[in-house]
Amino acid sequence: MSDTRSLREREKLIFEASSPGRVGYQLPTLDVPAADPAATIPAASLRGEIAELPEVSEVDVVRHFTRLSKWNYSVDEGLYPLGSCTMKYNPRINEEVVRLAGIAHLHPLQPVDLVQGALALMWELEQALIAVTGMARVTLQPAAGAHGELTGMLMIRKALQARGEHRKVVLIPDSAHGTNPATAVFAGFEVVEIASNEQGTLDLEPVRTHLDGGNVAALMATVPNTLGVFEPEIARLAGMLHEKGAFLYMDGANLNAFVGVAQPGKMGADALHINLHKTFSTPHGGGGPGAGPVAVSQALVPFLPVPTVEKSGDRFDLVHDHPATIGKVRGFYGNFGMLVRALAYIRSMGGAGLKAMTEGAVLNANYIRKSLEGIYNLKYTGPSLHEVVFDDSRQAEKGVHNIDIAKRLLDYGFHPPTMSFPLIVHGALMIEPTESEGIQELDAFIEAMKAIALEAEENPEMLHGAPYTTPVRRLDEVRAARQPVLRWQRPRE
Amino acid sequence: MHRYLAGADDNRRMLEKVGCSSVEELFASLPAEVRCGPLDLPPGRSEEEVRREFWALAGKNLTTECSVCFLGAGVYRHVQPAVADALLQRGEFFTAYTPYQPEVAQGTLQAIFEFQTYVCQLTELDVANASMYDGATAVVEAALLARRALPGRSRVAVAGSLHPDYNAVLRTYAEAQGIALTEVGWDAAGRLDAASLASALGPDVCAVIVQSPNVFGVVEDLASVGATAKAAGALAVQAVAEATSLGVLAPGGRFGFDVVCGELQAFGIPAAFGGPHLGFFAARQNHLRQMPGRLVGETVDAEGKRAFVLTLSTREQHIRRAKATSNICTNHGLMALAATMVLSLLGKKGVREVALASHSVAEYLKAGVRGPGSGVRLAFPEGPTYNEFLVLHDDPEGLLARMQKELILGGVATTRLGTDLPRGILIAATERNTREECDRLLDALRRLA
Repeated sequence: MSDTRSLREREKLIFEASSPGRVGYQLPTLDVPAADPAATIPAASLRGEIAELPEVSEVDVVRHFTRLSKWNYSVDEGLYPLGSCTMKYNPRINEEVVRLAGIAHLHPLQPVDLVQGALALMWELEQALIAVTGMARVTLQPAAGAHGELTGMLMIRKALQARGEHRKVVLIPDSAHGTNPATAVFAGFEVVEIASNEQGTLDLEPVRTHLDGGNVAALMATVPNTLGVFEPEIARLAGMLHEKGAFLYMDGANLNAFVGVAQPGKMGADALHINLHKTFSTPHGGGGPGAGPVAVSQALVPFLPVPTVEKSGDRFDLVHDHPATIGKVRGFYGNFGMLVRALAYIRSMGGAGLKAMTEGAVLNANYIRKSLEGIYNLKYTGPSLHEVVFDDSRQAEKGVHNIDIAKRLLDYGFHPPTMSFPLIVHGALMIEPTESEGIQELDAFIEAMKAIALEAEENPEMLHGAPYTTPVRRLDEVRAARQPVLRWQRPRE
Repeated sequence: MHRYLAGADDNRRMLEKVGCSSVEELFASLPAEVRCGPLDLPPGRSEEEVRREFWALAGKNLTTECSVCFLGAGVYRHVQPAVADALLQRGEFFTAYTPYQPEVAQGTLQAIFEFQTYVCQLTELDVANASMYDGATAVVEAALLARRALPGRSRVAVAGSLHPDYNAVLRTYAEAQGIALTEVGWDAAGRLDAASLASALGPDVCAVIVQSPNVFGVVEDLASVGATAKAAGALAVQAVAEATSLGVLAPGGRFGFDVVCGELQAFGIPAAFGGPHLGFFAARQNHLRQMPGRLVGETVDAEGKRAFVLTLSTREQHIRRAKATSNICTNHGLMALAATMVLSLLGKKGVREVALASHSVAEYLKAGVRGPGSGVRLAFPEGPTYNEFLVLHDDPEGLLARMQKELILGGVATTRLGTDLPRGILIAATERNTREECDRLLDALRRLA
């Protein structure tokens, strides 16, 4: 049999497929006189045809991107156990409703009378997220988790300024995701890292010590933390922070671990971003877009970004007039399309369904933990919620590292776990199965992980060459960084 | 059980394995004080019921597709090929994660590499990233890049004719970063005022930010602005809110600009009440190490085959943490894919034709406005424009409301954008507006203004 993969594997760049004279579009007939731009715009400000743009037909485009798509792994294909990424199923009904003309084709500057449905939808989503989090209000504007973090930290900064204080320090545990320290700096703070204890969680004492200095603006904590372990002292930490006039910023990346079970409002959080593209099922889209609404405590409500959506009787309005606001954090009002999908998901799940979602996610993670404990090392043994973090220390004795295990998993047909953090676990394998998986898919993954552990014992060399069955083999990443080629250019004749 | 979840029987077998009698035991680490009761949310609904609710919500909005629409001001209604959305709905694209495992993400990676190439071609710059959230945040990143590139300079000269939302977002970020903003006014033609720019510049200015076409739709003299910025030792930054203009207008890259950034929504992305849209960011080669966001580069695999991979990630938050060039992680990758598809379909001929057609429709409208008894007058009769222009009116929202009764969305009232702009209506045209629609607008203006 001939190798049927070869056609797909030879797919060129769209620019290389260009063929003179081909077009992939037809515009409506222009029924006004054609205007020559040179008649009104200075010649120096004009350009001619962009020579390097491709010429391809509509069929060429369909084939090209369909072939490219087949090189991707996706949630639709199978388990995608990236820890802290919550790669759950993305329901198709969400994709359908977001494409309704009365939702997709709304201009953000239409008169508010003509977008009452859109504003109602945003208001309903805010109410739903308040119900989930137990917080006072929610801004839907941030475009992503990191953007939500920044929005929250800017509100904290503004709240301190309103008290005439200019505190500079933000405490961040060493287990945190990289966006936390980056965000704190972009919000104008200095980062002080807090060491985790032997359980990988936060102790009160080091935080108290820093608080005594009087310069701490906030603590940024992920709950449960990046090990998937609940911070047992979180409510007491919040109390301590508040007593000293500081704030608790909660990273909600792992919210999927406790919806309907516990609430950030009860933990004492002052600001919490919610990744709608994690907990609330909006697709990751190969890198985005997401949405990162921020829920806040009463103390931060005056500082919310503008506009807010307000309801008065049956009417909804966009309100810009908030004197203490931090201002705007993005154009218009948020990633509306993602908000629509999230509300559709919340409606589909319902209150009890959301709790069942969390229970399923936590049960799945614990099932994987129980099945692989003893085969892969578990550095921190605290009770797991939605994810479990193994490491490669057993396999490393044979020279096999987490990257080799990850690449070999690709041969078994699974996406690998997260490896780049938490930094407190060397050689991490952070596994988050989500509630979307049934026992058969989990068992298949567990069998693959066991088989790889066996291969690491018996044939470690083989693992260094993995993957063997993917569209491309392991890449030369050093070359990519040393001699950056970041765009196509027409080869010299 | 819920249709998105595995069955109760699975749960029972898994609980046995885990060694728990109930799921509740798995949450024993959560103390009582943080627990909550049942969520105050309606019960889960069937697909049919969800569909019904969203149809009802959608029905309370007037879609631009059922009206005569001349709205712009940063969001434009251009051609939206069916192919792009159909391909975008392939689960292989939209249900994938960020391509951190390149062996199983070559589809996303190659498409982003193509996207970066398109952005470089449109802007005539050397490097482009894999996307930003939107035009406003892209402009912020440009200001932050300039500040990193020129340590010691902490003031940015920013055009008053920058889109008010971009300006507002820039103010929010600048305050936290200790960046001072000096606004540069416009002249009688609606262009950046040369004297005002000269007086705004100084040894502490790290960037000049100018939008072209600006918020009034007026095409700026980028050669002059670029040279002035350079002479003052500042970086020159062009913001673009209407990206199809790049089909006929020479981009900042040609005039020595350091950064061209902004919004690519115009290339086939639905207005969607303001998002998700598509921020883009392109720069000269010498700023590569200071670029925000993800970059895809070409390399080879173990068998020497060409392949693509995320690269130069030592700039990014997951490696550099507090020293990263930006805190961005999730970007707008799927929107970048959409624009890549649309740009591929339009290609060499179409990118220019969309721009020429949009310009032609706008010029037809402008000619009508210039005519006797049009009811309104141009704010900047001498200002060259691409596909959008400002007409003056004392009560723009009232006038728009009267036109709206005839299902004409006649433009954007500047009073909705901010208080510093001349009172009037921004009218934007695209290749999708017909002559009949133009005539209806002109007629309504004559009667109702």
